[in-house]
Amino acid sequence: MGFLDVFKKGLKKTRDFVSDGFNKIAANMGVFDEDMLDELEMLLVQADIGARSATWLMDKIRTHIKKTGDASREAVLNQLRVGMLEIVGKPGRLDFQKGSLNIILLVGVNGTGKTTTAGKLCSRYQKEGFRTIMGAADTFRAAAIDQLKVWGERTSTPVISHDEGSDPAAVVYDSIKAAQARKADLLILDTAGRLHNKQNLMAELAKIRRIIDREAPEAKVETLLVIDATTGQNAVVQAQVFSEVAQVSGLIITKMDGNAKGGVAIAVSQETHTPLYLAGLGEGVDDLIDFDPDSFVASLLPEA
Amino acid sequence: MPIFDGLANKLTDITARMRGKSRVTEQDIKDMMREIRLALLEADVHYQVVKDLVSEISDKSKGAAVMESLTPGQQVVKIVHESLVDILGQTSGKIAVSPSGFTVLMLYGLQGAGKTTTAAKLALMLKKSGKKPMLTSVDVHRPAAAKQLEVLAKQIGVDCYIKPEEKSASVIAAQAIERARYMLCDTLIVDTAGRMTIDNEMMEELKLIGQTVKPTEKLLVVDAMIGQEAVNVALAFDKEIGLDGFIMTKLDGDARGGAALSIRRMTGKPIKLICVGEKVDDIETFYPDRMASRILGMGDVLSLIEKASQNIDEKKAQDAYERLKKNQFTLEDMLEQMEQVKKMGSIKDILGMLPGMGAKNLPVDEVDDNAMEKPAAIIRSMTVKERRNPSILNASRRRRIASGSGTTVQDVNRLIKQFEETQKMMKKFSGLSKGRKKGRGFGMGNNGFPF
Ligand SMILES: Nc1nc2c(ncn2[C@@H]2O[C@H](COP(=O)(O)OP(=O)(O)OP(=O)(O)O)[C@@H](O)[C@H]2O)c(=O)[nH]1
Ligand SMILES: Nc1nc2c(ncn2[C@@H]2O[C@H](COP(=O)(O)OP(=O)(O)O)[C@@H](O)[C@H]2O)c(=O)[nH]1
Ligand SMILES: [Mg+2]
Ligand SMILES: [Mg+2]
Repeated sequence: MGFLDVFKKGLKKTRDFVSDGFNKIAANMGVFDEDMLDELEMLLVQADIGARSATWLMDKIRTHIKKTGDASREAVLNQLRVGMLEIVGKPGRLDFQKGSLNIILLVGVNGTGKTTTAGKLCSRYQKEGFRTIMGAADTFRAAAIDQLKVWGERTSTPVISHDEGSDPAAVVYDSIKAAQARKADLLILDTAGRLHNKQNLMAELAKIRRIIDREAPEAKVETLLVIDATTGQNAVVQAQVFSEVAQVSGLIITKMDGNAKGGVAIAVSQETHTPLYLAGLGEGVDDLIDFDPDSFVASLLPEA
Repeated sequence: MPIFDGLANKLTDITARMRGKSRVTEQDIKDMMREIRLALLEADVHYQVVKDLVSEISDKSKGAAVMESLTPGQQVVKIVHESLVDILGQTSGKIAVSPSGFTVLMLYGLQGAGKTTTAAKLALMLKKSGKKPMLTSVDVHRPAAAKQLEVLAKQIGVDCYIKPEEKSASVIAAQAIERARYMLCDTLIVDTAGRMTIDNEMMEELKLIGQTVKPTEKLLVVDAMIGQEAVNVALAFDKEIGLDGFIMTKLDGDARGGAALSIRRMTGKPIKLICVGEKVDDIETFYPDRMASRILGMGDVLSLIEKASQNIDEKKAQDAYERLKKNQFTLEDMLEQMEQVKKMGSIKDILGMLPGMGAKNLPVDEVDDNAMEKPAAIIRSMTVKERRNPSILNASRRRRIASGSGTTVQDVNRLIKQFEETQKMMKKFSGLSKGRKKGRGFGMGNNGFPF
């Protein structure tokens, strides 16, 4: 199955929702008047695209109509597509080289899918021949370490861990030392879920990042923020605050397989300009795909 | 997070634009309704709910209370708030107890919503109220899910039945029931695996477990951060399972939590409890008025509005504002306004009611309730002529005022300087009638307090 198909399947609800909605609005006359544009804006908001991005997209469409006088269904649809692509940006690919240490630090609010994604990433890079190792830096949540260890078993990957309740920074330190000693190509660090408005927990993350920079200056480090696709507009704030505190270099959007409309990917991209690398499509070890902006946008909109 | 980033602020912005007009027009109301619509959508309230609500609010806003008020923005906020409270709190949210003496609570929800943590919180809450609960996990999907519940159970000293090697959720459920009865427990709390509602197989599994344990209460655990999909999730669970109510989690975050409104409105089922942290005792009663304020992005705005409208003499405030606009604002007006604010109560109280200024964020030590005492005393020691024309305040007059008010000449100088700066600022402001700068504070905005 190609990306487009996967996305189309995964995002079927959003797709039907936005594209059916679009077609319904356009059906009456074939050209858009002010009321229809208003309706279109609300349709976008309903897909979790957010009022801000929706307004931005609508401004683009309105400007185009004013300039060209063309308010046809095709013109509006095209502006919408171009606008969404402009927001989501070019496809970003994680670029890791074997033979030296790479580190992925997974961060995010509670319950978004960090631990599951750690397991999926492990499997993905193993298939590309990377020697992987994981660090259980969530020492807070009950049985979080056991959960990661199950993923370690599933992917035959060693998991570095301390006891529940111990200092996560110490786990990170030991994990780096182990990765270096074992000449691993990729160290994946799972962290505890934390709400971005908790200063002490965010400071803990900054400390972890300092330790990585100090102990593994040779490593290529990617701090990836894991966002749940079912999240509403709070995802934007999450992206902003985590980026500030933890030097987030990319995003992963999970749970795109289910109830999510996923439009929040657009809202987040608009505000952060951080590349969206991967999408989670299920609870299985292989349910992780590269995020492809073209397919994503195409899957949202009706065909031309 | 900006402190005044709420609907109230946007509405007072609109009313600021109305200044100079004698009354609120239909168009003003329309503009306000657009802001309300956007604010609710930004808070993740479901579109359909927003649409219905806005039309109700619009009708109510066309009444005389708004159209003839000097503070129409505030009146509308009040209407919005009341409408929200109305929806959020129509029935009480008590957890039911089975008349048989053996109660089964079953938790449902999407992946990562907070079911397992909530199960433990409920158990602790019941234990504290003298009950004898037992926990069980029928999550056979998520790695170490049962272990997670077991660890939490130990932490709170509650019995827990798990069977990690058993793959059938309903087999575990049946055994847990037996075990709980044998242990003479009066409540069994069943923690289930997270699932997407479109996953038919998983939904079937839930029904099967339900047939086995016959839950007294079927509770959907909803993450406060959830977006527009909340309604579909709630409706789907309700249709398949038949829910009794909701528990909302992660309200310790800064998500507005508009989903609370949507699910309440669309399912008619109550929100029973809220969770405000990762620890086992972070569970609380649900208060509709607090939730309404949160969704609208304001603190206890309603009480503030009430206080303000009780204590502020609108006529006087409007006169002061007019003079401010014409740059005729004097020290006399400044004193008048200080007295008005004082009537509203302690500054600490007022700050505490503002959005984003919950008790925790409040720099209590830095707030001095007597901050206005000194300047007020200084102005009171001036003659009327001096108050109206501070430029005549030479050194000897300033010395007299200082000794008369029990302050120092420096204090007097500082106040005069402050006043001059206010005037300068107002000069700039009066040039910009449109596009009033955002974030200047809600509520009092229309009355133009100079600080
Ligand atoms: N349907 C679906 N479920 C997912 C996906 N990713 C994770 N999950 C599920 O979401 C729940 C939470 O996932 P975790 O990986 O434990 O999330 P986490 O961010 O590590 O959670 P905390 O450590 O508790 O903050 C689990 O039930 C996972 O199985 C996904 O892409 N799709
Ligand atoms: N901050 C916060 N975190 C919570 C709350 N409730 C649960 N969590 C966290 O959310 C994550 C998922 O919770 P869990 O109970 O495992 O969810 P489940 O997958 O639905 O069983 C965990 O990291 C919990 O610690 C809450 O009210 N506030
Ligand atoms: Mg985790
Ligand atoms: Mg669970």
